[in-house]
Amino acid sequence: MEKRRSWSKAIAGRAVVDALVKFDPRVLVRNPVMFVVEIGAVITLLLTIQPSLFGIQSTGYQAGARFYNGVVTLILLITIWFGNFAEALAEGRGKAQAETLRRTKAELMAYVKRDDQWEKIPASALRRGDIVRVQAGELIPADGEVLEGIGSVDESAITGESAPVIRGAGGDFSSVTAGTKLLSDELIVRVTANPGETFLDRMIHLVEGAKRQKTPNEIALTVLLAGLTLIFLIVIVCLPPVAQALGVRVDITSLVALFVCLIPTTIGALLSAIGIAGMDRLIRFNIIAKSGRAVEAAGDIDTLILDKTGTITIGNRLAYAFLPVQGHDERELAAVASLCSLFDETPEGRSVVELAKQMGIEYRREDYARARNVEFSAETRMSGLDLPDGTRIRKGAADAMKRYVEAQNGRVPSDLDEKVENAREGGTPLVVVENDEVYGVIYLKDIVKPGIRERFAELRKMGIRTIMCTGDNALTAATIAREAGVDDFVAEAKPEDKIRLIHREQEAGRLVAMSGDGTNDAPALAQADVGLAMQSGTQAAKEAANMVDLDSDPTKLLEVVAIGKQLLITRGAITTFSIANDVAKYFAIIPALFSAFIPELGALNIMHLESPRSAILSALIFNAVIIPILIPLAMRGVKYQPQSAMRLLMRNLSIYGVGGVIAPFVGIKIIDLALTAAHFIGGGFSS
Amino acid sequence: MTFSGVLAITLVLAVTVALAVPLGRYMYQVFDGEQVPFDRVFRPFERVLYCVTGIRPEVEMDWKAYLRALMLSNAAMGVFAYVILRIQAWLPLNPAHIGPMPPYLAFNTAVSFLTNTNWQNYAGEQSLSYLSQMIAITFLQFTSAATGIAACIAFLRGMRSRQANALGNFWVDLTRALLRVLLPLAFVWSIALMALGVPETLGGYVTVHVLGGGTQIIPRGPVATLEAIKQLGTNGGGFFNANSAHPFEDPNVWTCMLEIWAMSLIPTAFVFTAARFLNAPKLGWVLCAFLTALVFLGALVVYHAEAAGNPLLAKLGIHGPNMEGKEVRFGIPLTSTFVAVTTAYTTGAVNAMHDSLMPLGGMVPLVLMMLNCVFGGDGAGMLNILMFFIITVFICGLMVGRTPEFFGKKIESREVKLATAAMLVHPFVILIPTAIAMATPAGRSSIANPSLHGFSEVLYAFTSAAANNGSAFAGLNGNTPFYNLMLGLVMLFGRYISIIAMIAIAGSLAAKNIVPVSEGTLRADTFSFGAVFVAIVLIVGALTFFPYVALGPIGESLQLALRS
Repeated sequence: MEKRRSWSKAIAGRAVVDALVKFDPRVLVRNPVMFVVEIGAVITLLLTIQPSLFGIQSTGYQAGARFYNGVVTLILLITIWFGNFAEALAEGRGKAQAETLRRTKAELMAYVKRDDQWEKIPASALRRGDIVRVQAGELIPADGEVLEGIGSVDESAITGESAPVIRGAGGDFSSVTAGTKLLSDELIVRVTANPGETFLDRMIHLVEGAKRQKTPNEIALTVLLAGLTLIFLIVIVCLPPVAQALGVRVDITSLVALFVCLIPTTIGALLSAIGIAGMDRLIRFNIIAKSGRAVEAAGDIDTLILDKTGTITIGNRLAYAFLPVQGHDERELAAVASLCSLFDETPEGRSVVELAKQMGIEYRREDYARARNVEFSAETRMSGLDLPDGTRIRKGAADAMKRYVEAQNGRVPSDLDEKVENAREGGTPLVVVENDEVYGVIYLKDIVKPGIRERFAELRKMGIRTIMCTGDNALTAATIAREAGVDDFVAEAKPEDKIRLIHREQEAGRLVAMSGDGTNDAPALAQADVGLAMQSGTQAAKEAANMVDLDSDPTKLLEVVAIGKQLLITRGAITTFSIANDVAKYFAIIPALFSAFIPELGALNIMHLESPRSAILSALIFNAVIIPILIPLAMRGVKYQPQSAMRLLMRNLSIYGVGGVIAPFVGIKIIDLALTAAHFIGGGFSS
Repeated sequence: MTFSGVLAITLVLAVTVALAVPLGRYMYQVFDGEQVPFDRVFRPFERVLYCVTGIRPEVEMDWKAYLRALMLSNAAMGVFAYVILRIQAWLPLNPAHIGPMPPYLAFNTAVSFLTNTNWQNYAGEQSLSYLSQMIAITFLQFTSAATGIAACIAFLRGMRSRQANALGNFWVDLTRALLRVLLPLAFVWSIALMALGVPETLGGYVTVHVLGGGTQIIPRGPVATLEAIKQLGTNGGGFFNANSAHPFEDPNVWTCMLEIWAMSLIPTAFVFTAARFLNAPKLGWVLCAFLTALVFLGALVVYHAEAAGNPLLAKLGIHGPNMEGKEVRFGIPLTSTFVAVTTAYTTGAVNAMHDSLMPLGGMVPLVLMMLNCVFGGDGAGMLNILMFFIITVFICGLMVGRTPEFFGKKIESREVKLATAAMLVHPFVILIPTAIAMATPAGRSSIANPSLHGFSEVLYAFTSAAANNGSAFAGLNGNTPFYNLMLGLVMLFGRYISIIAMIAIAGSLAAKNIVPVSEGTLRADTFSFGAVFVAIVLIVGALTFFPYVALGPIGESLQLALRS
């Protein structure tokens, strides 16, 4: 994972202030758990001002009741502030980034075509359909399609990648993005987005989290947490009448303290921070997700549909072997092939020269300065070299070469077809011919990206199936599939096959992710549950997908899955921790509440806390400080290792469940010892 | 505690499991509708019934239609029972000339039997005619159990369908539960009980001249038939006020064991039925193992507490087990098993007075009812188990990084909302009425014992009503307008809100596709997951009720220990 320094001092400083603004009940009400803590704080604040407000005297420990109520109020306020701080901190980085982007946006000017004149206007006045002209050195004012021209564009403002990319009219590289800089030439661009809808705008929204919608899973968890809060509210509200009937006078402030300790404040405080941090992790990975929903869906993916070229294999095929036909040996073939590719600058051509060199066969270009290089063309489907002595050397697709030889009345060797078939296994055959004589076949092979096999094995452990899509024939596809270790493949795939495949998987109840860049990928990207488009791809693909990878690396789909999972795991882990904490808190507070009246209940004070008040304050302080202690975890996410679900559950349960039961026993005891040592609270348990 | 005592408890529970496995398979076949055993015997009866009642068995209901049918039929049956109780004095089969039941009591009684609770604020032999015993009490004991079974079957069907709406047909499920499950079993049990000495007669009460010279009226009646469905239907409402402690309801050790098996049979079988419906055969064993272990543990705690006896008496030199409120003919181990089973399976029949148990012994039935999903009642208990399963799956699903799946169905916010609502009901209808009772003179005046034990009586009453159990800490006088009304409402809410919520969940789950199992799926039918499930049930239960249990039985127990 890319390391960037994530939380600078400035961001933290701003979060300190932003956290105060979030005390506004209208803002806080979105978070039911923290909202009720705020109500609790108001009650204890009133009790600080007037300790006998609710008629019940704080008998048992009246002495210093106001001070005690004040301390509880303060701790409650700090608890809320911690929660707010976590959220503000998570938002902070995005806000800083958004400001930079906004500055870029404000400076944009455009030359728009009005009545056949180029008129200079602010970019914010551009509308969809306007035609603008961009010259070298200018910033591109709006998202659009290039109509005329070709030029190199610096997209580092958006992607962080400093190497310029080529953008030009027609084809898959015609989309340009507002805020990027044209380095050379001139482009005529048709605007495709109205102000407020551009990629830049969306990115600003996204990074600053301004319009952050709660994701479905987050809503479900919030409901559960609100339910638990409601249960504990009833538990607490029903206690005074019961206690009173039994002759026990309970202190309202202590009840509020017990309530706040019991409700899941830890996860309540960190929930939105976890969500924001998850999105931010994606952004730092240079992936823009259009919604949090997509990130969550990524964690659920069952099937990954991957293009072979560029994702599983490195983009180019490389020469792997020379397969001579009868009458020629390997060295002869290698020599002819190497000569044929001497001036061939394509990666395939270079690899042929390289392979021959390994066999000790090497030609020097200067020796053949007068030879004529024949470039590959779509019509002839061959390339080669014409030597000054009239020798013509060619390499090319098998059927084209056969026709070429036959046209010269040459003989096609009987074993050529067999060699060609051999080379088709996981690769492409190139037939090599000198004049009318066939020498043999160059076996060009797809090279599987290093490490990809291990990645797929990991995915399998996580229960994710990988399906490779390729335009190659079944034989080639099968070989690559075997080498890469994918679970399934579709050969000779057309774009509509991809959609059919996605439909099939979805009907079986699976969630599908895929990546793509071309316009013909757009329907499939839209149909997939997670569609990752490449920034280098077409506007249509980017529109259809729900995520865009700024680095244009389709392999990143794997990271997206991991980030989605990590997001949910972090939520689950902190929820479990939060609930597990309650066990110890009960043992601290129940004896403290009742033991003045039912001394026997002092036996439940198994932590041997010093006094009822120190017990309650210790539990409450623990409840507050655990929030900032867990902020780094919430931001970073729980460590995720691909393994089977049950092992993952057991690991996380033993850390966050069992740990969640034990930690507060230790923590509360330590805080109690510290409070006692500081003589902060006096008076022992009555039993 | 003796080894033979523990062995007895173990064996009794083992027999339940042995009987439940084949019954679970049979019930699956009955409701699954394919290859139904004894179809030739039952089908003609069903045909006639459908024909007479105008039921069209082929009509499939969506969750709303199913729920509507369930609620309306239950409402009609409740009103019917209420009317019978009010006018029993003028109806036939009333040899003891018993008068009409007063309105509040009739409300409480009708609701109590309608909701499978069988809380009894009346003494059967003094307040009910034979006709009421048969067509109000015994009738509802059949239908309330069948309703619970049908509701749970509807949920399980919803789990199995793929992007569909149908949950089955309520009338068919009700008929099948009655005709193919409850009636045959009740028939067998009735005969067995009669053979072992339980009376079954329509002859009036007997007046006998006793040796002392006076006369005594000995009540009797159609006891065996009621007794069988009382236990099989996890109802618990006895013919006599003393319930299964009465020698006519439960004359000896053999009938006692028969009754324990009867009440635990269908809920235990249900975990196996559910496992088949969910296509997770191992789940049946997982649930059966963990839940039976909890029942066993409960029985052991009672056994231990009761066998140790009262320390205050020990101080006076009287040693031995606590026999107050117990029947000598059953002994401590079997009584302890009965106490645990009757509350775990929310039956509520008693063969000992729970009020007289030692504080920790009394805590066991209270806690089992608070958890409300240690098997639970017929059908309804399984629904509660599934509800907690959904919550468990949700939390665990998050921890493995996937949208939680419940046997292939994704659990999203709608399901969590409804399951949370169902989970909230139980603490709400226990704690709020308890607080109201403790705060009002009307509530406090019924309490027989002072201090913490008196509080336990109130807490027990509302817990029992909420869990649709029906057993009582007998010290509390429940036959007052306040308790008749409050307990009646608690029983209604405790029963129907969770049924409504769960059938609504079934409706929404049925509409979802089933996610195929992969390595990434968190399998819920494993012992590890079962352990997590039990832990979450215990922690949520403990967190919710701990302060109250501390003020009740725990406090009382600590007081007792420190005073002696």
